[in-house]
Amino acid sequence: MSPSSTKHRSERARRPPFLLAGAAVVAVALVCLPLAYLVVRVVEGGSDAWGVLGRARILDLVGNTVLLVVLVTGAALVLGVPLAWLVARTDVPGRRFWGVAAALPLVIPSYVAALALLAAFGPRGFLQQVLEGPFGVERVPEIYGLPGAVLALTISTYPYVYLLAVAAFRDLDPALEEASRSLGRSRAETFRRVTLPVLRPSLGAGALLVALYTLSDFGAVSLMRYSSLTRAIFVQYRSLFDRTPAAVLSLVLVILTAVVLLLEHRARGRVRYHRQSPGAARTPQRVRLGAWRWPALGFCAGVVGFALALPLAVIGYWLERAVSLGRDLDDAWWPALNSVLASGVTAGIAVLAALPVALLAVRYPSGWSRALERLSYSSNALPGIVIALSLVFFGANYAGFAYQTLGLLVFAYVVRFFPQAVAGSHSALLAVDPRLEEAARGLGKSPRRAFLSVTAPLVAPGLLAGAALVFLSTMKELPATLVLAPIGFETLATEVWTATTVAAYSRAALPALLLVLFSAPFVYLLTLRRGPEVDAPG
Amino acid sequence: MTPTMIRLEGVSKRFGAVRAVDEASLELGKGEFLALLGPSGCGKTTLLRLLAGFEAPDEGLVWIGDQIVAGGVWVPPERRHVGMVFQDYALFPHLTVSRNVGYGLPRGGRAARVREALGLVGLSALGDRYPDELSGGQQQRVALARALAPEPAVVLLDEPWSNIDPVLRSSMREELASILRATGVTVLLVTHEQEEAFSLADRVALMRDGAIVQAGTPEEIYYGPATRWAAEFVGAANVLPGRLADGLVETLVGRFPAPNGDAPGDVDVLVRPELLELAVDPAGDGEVVCREFRGHDVFYRVLLADGTTVCSQRPSNESIPLGARVTLRPHAGRVALFH
Repeated sequence: MSPSSTKHRSERARRPPFLLAGAAVVAVALVCLPLAYLVVRVVEGGSDAWGVLGRARILDLVGNTVLLVVLVTGAALVLGVPLAWLVARTDVPGRRFWGVAAALPLVIPSYVAALALLAAFGPRGFLQQVLEGPFGVERVPEIYGLPGAVLALTISTYPYVYLLAVAAFRDLDPALEEASRSLGRSRAETFRRVTLPVLRPSLGAGALLVALYTLSDFGAVSLMRYSSLTRAIFVQYRSLFDRTPAAVLSLVLVILTAVVLLLEHRARGRVRYHRQSPGAARTPQRVRLGAWRWPALGFCAGVVGFALALPLAVIGYWLERAVSLGRDLDDAWWPALNSVLASGVTAGIAVLAALPVALLAVRYPSGWSRALERLSYSSNALPGIVIALSLVFFGANYAGFAYQTLGLLVFAYVVRFFPQAVAGSHSALLAVDPRLEEAARGLGKSPRRAFLSVTAPLVAPGLLAGAALVFLSTMKELPATLVLAPIGFETLATEVWTATTVAAYSRAALPALLLVLFSAPFVYLLTLRRGPEVDAPG
Repeated sequence: MTPTMIRLEGVSKRFGAVRAVDEASLELGKGEFLALLGPSGCGKTTLLRLLAGFEAPDEGLVWIGDQIVAGGVWVPPERRHVGMVFQDYALFPHLTVSRNVGYGLPRGGRAARVREALGLVGLSALGDRYPDELSGGQQQRVALARALAPEPAVVLLDEPWSNIDPVLRSSMREELASILRATGVTVLLVTHEQEEAFSLADRVALMRDGAIVQAGTPEEIYYGPATRWAAEFVGAANVLPGRLADGLVETLVGRFPAPNGDAPGDVDVLVRPELLELAVDPAGDGEVVCREFRGHDVFYRVLLADGTTVCSQRPSNESIPLGARVTLRPHAGRVALFH
């Protein structure tokens, strides 16, 4: 992305104020600390570390993780792309409704999806209870393991593919497909040879989001007892006095993440695919499905029913049970308060720390300011469990005072969601033309007063939106919270996780519902940021 | 008479309440170059899309060659053998120039035909480029090569110069037209620019509010427009009241020979501005109230004694100053009458 609005500024590099540059460097250095320390830790482990790598088990773990990523990404594409096509390009009945409903499972964190699946299909779950009475069924098909993990993760990730694919379908210049038709190619051939290749970058971006989510996911795989890397790291950390294996596994996971990022980057290739002349392309004609409308409707209803209605219904069922059993629902309020508190503090600190980095990159563009910003995105490749473990090691060795404090947890959150904060600040700053500030200078304001009186009020809404995004992401964070939270500090996420691990579904129901409700504005913000694409005419 | 290549019979197309095309009928002979001219929103692009098969008509018949392609039967776009050059060219961004041009060709002999088509448009050297590495003009020529490569019987051009820099436009027009003429293909060009239509086409069809108003050679349309609207759409026009008698029509700027067969009586007369010569004459009954110097000619507005304003277009070597008194001297040219 080239910040075109900064292009007209003079090319000669202006020197950023020392304080600003210093703040940015310190922020990025702190964010990079967990990864750096992880590497140090593994290198220090020396032959021990290599010993861990040599054991056959690690190959299993990597294999399991890759298998999971491949299956979930594949499933997300298989659900998300046809849904997007039906909604954006056909006359499927109720397409406006499906258009919104299909994106809504984004509000369901993976561990809540896992809770819903277990509470519905697991042992002592809803299905088994229903069947037990009349039919004496005592066992339902096993949901634990790979099937459950794939299902839970697919529910919470396919909307990423879906949203990007809908935008891409709507952005696609219909003349491309018409050109193909007039050159003698049938509709099916046109889809395969023109539509899909042109959509590929968007689908790739969606698949990348899904793959990264799956790689870093801890909640669903741990609840489904599937031995992927994140779960193994956690188990190693909990069970062994020697923490070198967990560190080695973490580094393997980071490398795997980097490989995924690299693959996507290479696959994207060199061609730019955007519409050549923006603006008035005609809206594509909707494909008439004819008799196929009903199967198509069934597909939409099936996906949305399974990914949205089922989890909500299951949570509702257990909540009703909790009430009728007379369970004390007040248990949920303390975790809720803790979640809000920690997330609020995190959002504030993250945006304050991100602002100098973004400001430097937008207003003082140079090789090193851009490099600094790119470095701040590196924790995109750091799963939460890895950040948490690295900070545990660091705290234990160098900062004992911080260990088991809220401060360290918040620090982990800030590191985890720093890229979101930087991206939010960056786009907020880009939206303000620096000429406005120059105009204020021309009217006699000092640089500082010009910034405060013109730029600051204009960027504030964008910064707030960024902070809200960080806030809501933090609310849902699970692995770092499990590892780093002070004893007795429960959040909504840890409540859901703990209750589900012991199959206490009626205890998990209310915190899960609260999380879903808190996530709803997150989805709104996410779709709002892509506003022009999602709401494009068509 | 050359055989008919395209025929539209009473074709209508509605979008909701809007009649985009309203009982339009049109014929093109084989090898003919016809321009469909009309203001934006008149339905000309819809007519083109009906021919290409991207829209289906609500009523009427569409023939290509000796086959009905729409109306009772439906031939999908991929079986109409119609080449199309889109407004934005619609080059496939993920394919090279060669693979774009070869897209509509069968496997056998594809490479040779691609070379031939690229040679025709003078882009033989750029086969390995991607569309985003080409200039607008080069992209357009690739789009033309792609449309011509399968040797279609008909080529449809949808405002192909609207995205080209006005400075380059006229040279590109000539180039494209000469390529098309060399192939002998039947061409239907959609445009809203009268100059473009007149300079390129054998025949022009004027379109307004979904209906074909008039079709004819550029000269027929310019000097003999069927309606007042047509007269004013294709160029500057003086429409003056007149009286027809004995094959002559009398107006306040002079007397003109009338077209044959018109009944005597009051008429409106179209007098093109280049048919009105101006002579400086202190006793003349006109006064130059507006003067636009345009390089090769000068455009005047002359206020007459009775309050009418007429316009005149004269070569720029016979300059008349603003405010001069003049006498009008009509050229003995053909005029059109509206009743």
